[in-house]
Amino acid sequence: MQLKTEDRGDVRLVLVAEPRIDAAIAIQFKEALRTAAGESAPRVLLDLSEVRFLDSSGLGALVAAMKLIGTGRRLELAALQASVERVFRLTRMDTVFTIHASIAEALGASPRLTDAG
Amino acid sequence: MAARRGASSGHRPGADGRNVGPVAGAIRLTLPAEPKAVRRALVRICTELLGAGISEDDAATAELVLAEVLNNVVEHAFQGNADGRIELTIAPEEAGLACELRDNGRPMPGGALPAGHGPACSTAVSALPEGGFGWFLIHSLARDLAYARIDGANILALRIPLSARAQAS
Repeated sequence: MQLKTEDRGDVRLVLVAEPRIDAAIAIQFKEALRTAAGESAPRVLLDLSEVRFLDSSGLGALVAAMKLIGTGRRLELAALQASVERVFRLTRMDTVFTIHASIAEALGASPRLTDAG
Repeated sequence: MAARRGASSGHRPGADGRNVGPVAGAIRLTLPAEPKAVRRALVRICTELLGAGISEDDAATAELVLAEVLNNVVEHAFQGNADGRIELTIAPEEAGLACELRDNGRPMPGGALPAGHGPACSTAVSALPEGGFGWFLIHSLARDLAYARIDGANILALRIPLSARAQAS
């Protein structure tokens, strides 16, 4: 399971360096993501740009991970390939997860504590 | 690519053998009922379909539908028993990819196809389902679903529509 993490301010960025999130790795993925998310960053942003296939098991693992990450913290997704985006759209999970077109857009939308505007 | 007349048989001259047939013929394979074998089969099928001129969107649809039905057999018909075997045939026809799965695992509960639950409508994270979207996706994307239990085998037939194919008729 290849997950690469990086902290950008209050955002824990997790790159999923796997081409597939499927039934073969769903359980490992859930556990690895829970670990990669850490315990403190209020936002966990999942970079899915390298994932070209997601099945219902993979989707279930993402939902489970979102629950495990806990209340008061957010799991957000970014840079979905078309085939992956479609699974979210068909299951209406796109209304449950916050989905950003790109990492840059997601980080630009980071809420600021300075509350300047 | 040869024109196809929508014959119900997926057989083509030269498409013999138990494994993957030539590009324009039916794809046939037998795989162990195990998630990694399903993954390998899907990658291979996708490559074959793209090689046969199926569009990327349609190949992605086929990959997703077949993933869901194959994983269902692995998880429920064989319940993790990797000695199980699944036979899969995918025949390109004018009306789409005619797919048939055959396995000798446990029968479908109630002898009928599950409906799958609908899309998520709750926004309470803790109330979200973590599974059960498989059949919903299958019903959303596939056509002409049919299930039968014959001589101790499960037979599931379905068709994956081809949307973006300008095929000679």
